[in-house]
Amino acid sequence: MMRVPIAAGLGLVITVAFFLAAIFAPLIAPYGMAEVVGDVWEPASDKFLLGTDNIGRDLLTRLIYGGRTTIFIAAAATLLSFLTGSILGFLAAVLGGWADQALSRFVDLMMAIPSLIFALVVLSVMPVTVGVLILVMGFLDSTRVFRLSRAVAVDITVMDFVEAAQLRGEGRNWIIFREILPNALSPLVSELGLRFIFMVLFISTLSFLGLGVQPPLADWGGIVKENKEGIVYGIPAALYPAVAIAALSISVNLVADWVLNRTTSLKGGRG
Amino acid sequence: MSELLTIRDLKIGATAYPPGEPPQWLEIVKGVSVTLEKGKVLGLIGESGAGKSTIGLAALAYGRGGVEISGGEVLVNDRDILQSRQKDLRSLRGGEVTYVAQSAAAAFNPARKLMDQVIEATLEHGRMSKSEAEARAVNLFRVLGLPDPETFGSRYPHQVSGGQLQRAMTAMALCPAPDLVVFDEPTTALDVTTQIEVLAAIKTAIRETGVAAIYITHDLAVVAQVSDHIMVLRHGETVEYGETDQIINSPREEYTRALVSVRKIQHVEKAPKGEPVLKVENITARYRGVPRDVLKDINVEVYPGQTLAVVGESGSGKSTLARVITGLLTPSDGQITFDGRTLSPAMPGRTRDDLRQVQMIYQMADTAMNPRQTVGTIIGRPLEFYFGLKGAAKRKRVAELLEKIELGDGFLDRYPAELSGGQKQRVCIARALAADPQLILCDEVTSALDPLVADGILKLLLELQAEENVAYLFITHDLATVKAIADSIAVMYQGEVVRYGPKTQVLSPPFDAYTDLLLSSVPEMELGWLEDVIEHRRMESAGN
Repeated sequence: MMRVPIAAGLGLVITVAFFLAAIFAPLIAPYGMAEVVGDVWEPASDKFLLGTDNIGRDLLTRLIYGGRTTIFIAAAATLLSFLTGSILGFLAAVLGGWADQALSRFVDLMMAIPSLIFALVVLSVMPVTVGVLILVMGFLDSTRVFRLSRAVAVDITVMDFVEAAQLRGEGRNWIIFREILPNALSPLVSELGLRFIFMVLFISTLSFLGLGVQPPLADWGGIVKENKEGIVYGIPAALYPAVAIAALSISVNLVADWVLNRTTSLKGGRG
Repeated sequence: MSELLTIRDLKIGATAYPPGEPPQWLEIVKGVSVTLEKGKVLGLIGESGAGKSTIGLAALAYGRGGVEISGGEVLVNDRDILQSRQKDLRSLRGGEVTYVAQSAAAAFNPARKLMDQVIEATLEHGRMSKSEAEARAVNLFRVLGLPDPETFGSRYPHQVSGGQLQRAMTAMALCPAPDLVVFDEPTTALDVTTQIEVLAAIKTAIRETGVAAIYITHDLAVVAQVSDHIMVLRHGETVEYGETDQIINSPREEYTRALVSVRKIQHVEKAPKGEPVLKVENITARYRGVPRDVLKDINVEVYPGQTLAVVGESGSGKSTLARVITGLLTPSDGQITFDGRTLSPAMPGRTRDDLRQVQMIYQMADTAMNPRQTVGTIIGRPLEFYFGLKGAAKRKRVAELLEKIELGDGFLDRYPAELSGGQKQRVCIARALAADPQLILCDEVTSALDPLVADGILKLLLELQAEENVAYLFITHDLATVKAIADSIAVMYQGEVVRYGPKTQVLSPPFDAYTDLLLSSVPEMELGWLEDVIEHRRMESAGN
C-alpha cells in the first residue's frame, strides 16, 4: 500500500470532511437553513454551538449550508474552466499557426481585464442565479487554464512520439486525448487544486460584494457580509466562515501537492 | 617511480529513492584500485553506468548529484584527498587536478571572454601572475592548434566552433600547470571529422606539458590513440587493466574481446534489382524563415529489401531529407515517387496506406515512445490503426513482433521507463514493423547507444530485412555503421549529395576530398593510427 505523508493525510481528512458536510448538509445541520431560531448574535451555547447570526439564525447551520453552496459552485466552475480551458489549450498547441494565434490573443485580451471587475460588470446586467454564476466564473477562469495547458502541450507536441503518431495518420482526438493528455495530467491536477481554491475565494468575494449568491441562500462570503457589523461589537460570527475558507484552501492544497508528487514519480512519468 | 595518483579499493555509492519504497543504497563503484605515474595517460572505458565518470571525479574528491564516496583511498601526491579539509580541496581542484567536461558549450560562461575564463582558476589559486598566465594560455592555444592564438582569447564562446571550444576548455584545464587532468568524454559530442582534430590537439598538449591524465570515453578506438594504460570497467568493477597495446591486441577477458571486435559486422552488398521502391528526384528544400536551401537538388533511389545509407556530419541535411520523404517538410522543388506512384509533397495529402508504407525510427527512443503507454499499446496501436486488429488477434500479433525483436511477451505490460536503452530501440523497431511497411527511415538509430548494444540493433535490423524484405534509408554520421549495413551510400555535405553509388564503389578510391576526410576520420583500433591520419589529411572539416 502507498503511504500518505502526514500533511497530505491531514489535508485529505479535512477536505473529505468539508465535502461530506456539504453533501449531507440537511442531515447534519441542527436547524433549517433560513430558520430564525434565537436572538440576534446570541453567544455560543449548548443550543447554538457557534451562536446565532445577525437575524437570529443558527450560525453552524448557516455555515454547513453555506459550505454546500460555496463548494458546489466552486467545483462546478472549476470543472467547466478545466474542460473548456484544457481542450482549447491542447487544440491551440496541436493546430498551431493561425488557430493558435487567434485563441491565444483572444485569451490575452480577456486576461487584460481584471476578472473581478469583468465578473461584476457581467453579473450586474445578468440575472444572478447559481447557473449564471458558474458560467461566468468558469469561463473567466478558463483563460488561466488555457494558458497553462497550452504551454504544457506545446512542450509535448514537439516530442518524437507525437510526431510518430502524426506520421501514422492519427486524428486530432487521438493525439490530444491519448498522446498529450496523459503526459500533461500532473501539472493540470495540481493546478486543479489551486484553481478550486481561487474559485472558493472568487465566489466568496462576489457574495461579499452582494453580486454572488443571493439571500436567503447561504454561502461563506455572504455570511461574512451579513455579520460584518458584529465585528465592531466583538462578535466573532464573521470570522467562522473566514476560518472555514482558510481551512479548506490549505487542506486542498496539501492534497494537490501530494497528488503532484505522486503522479510525477509514477512509472514513466516525466517531470 | 613516483606515483602521482593512487586509488585503493575505492567504493562509491548513492541513495536511490524509488517511489513507494524505502530508500536504497546503490553501489556505483565496487572497490576499484589503480595507480598512475607522472606524465602517463590512463584510459577509462566502459558502457554507460559503468562508473567511469564517477571514478574520474573521485580524483577531485568530488561526488556528483548525491553521490557519496563510501570507502577506499585516493592519494594525490601521497596525500589522501578523501580525508582532506574543504579548504585543501579547494586548492586541489582546478589547481593540482583539473577537469575537462563533455559539453564545452555548457561549461563556458557565454558573457565572458575566453581568455578571462581560461586563466581564471590559475589566478584564483595564485599559481601564476596574470601576465604569466596569459602567456601560457596563448602558448597552449598554439599547441592546441587554435586559429590566431594571440587574439583567440579575446573572443566570446559563441564566436568559436564546438571543436574550438572543446580545445579552449583543454587549455583552461592545462593552464594552471596541474599534475593531473581528468578528461570526461571530451570528444563524444563532436562530429567525427572534428573529433580527431581535437583528439590530436589534446594528445599533443599532453605530451608537450608532460601532465598526467585520466581519459574517460566509451569508444575504445579513441582511447587507444591517447592512453598508455587502459582500464575496462563494467558495473563498477574492473574487468581488465593493462597496457594499451595488450588490451587492443591481446585482450584477456571475454568482455574486452567483445569491445575490441565491436563494429565488425560484415555485410555483403546486394546489387540493385527491380524497380526502386523510393525515388527522390531533384529535391530542393528550405525551412521557413531561413534564406538558404538546406537540401540542394537531391537525387537518390532505394531498392526493395536494400539499404541506402545517408552519411554526413551534423548540418549536412541528412535528417531534413527524411523529413521531406515523410512529408513533414514540403520541398520547394522536386518529387518523391514511392512504389511507382508520386507521393503528395505534404503529409496531410497522403493516404493512410502511403503513411503505412513509410515508417520511421528515431534516434532517441526515449522521446519516440509515449512514456504513459505500455509496450503492448505502443506496438499494438499501428495494428489496430492500419489493420483493424482487436483483442486476442492484436495481442497475438504483438507477441509475434516482440518475439521478432528478441524480447518475450513478458514485456507487453511494461512502460518505456522500465526498459534499457537497447530494449527501447527494439520496441521502436517493432512499432515500425507492425505497420508492415516497405520502407523504414532510420534516423541515427544507434548513435545514442553503447557500442555493444548498437551492434545488437544493427544485427537485428539486418535479420529483419532478410525476413521481411523491407528497405531501409539509414541516416548516420558513423561510417563503421555504414560499412556494416549499407548496400548503397549517399555522402552528404552542406545540403548536397557529393558522392552516391553502391557501397564498394563509394568506399573505394579515388575519393573526392570530403569523402576522404570522412573516411579517414573514423577512429580505428590500432596504435599510431591518429598520427598517420593527421599527416595525410587533405582538407579541414567544415564544422571546425
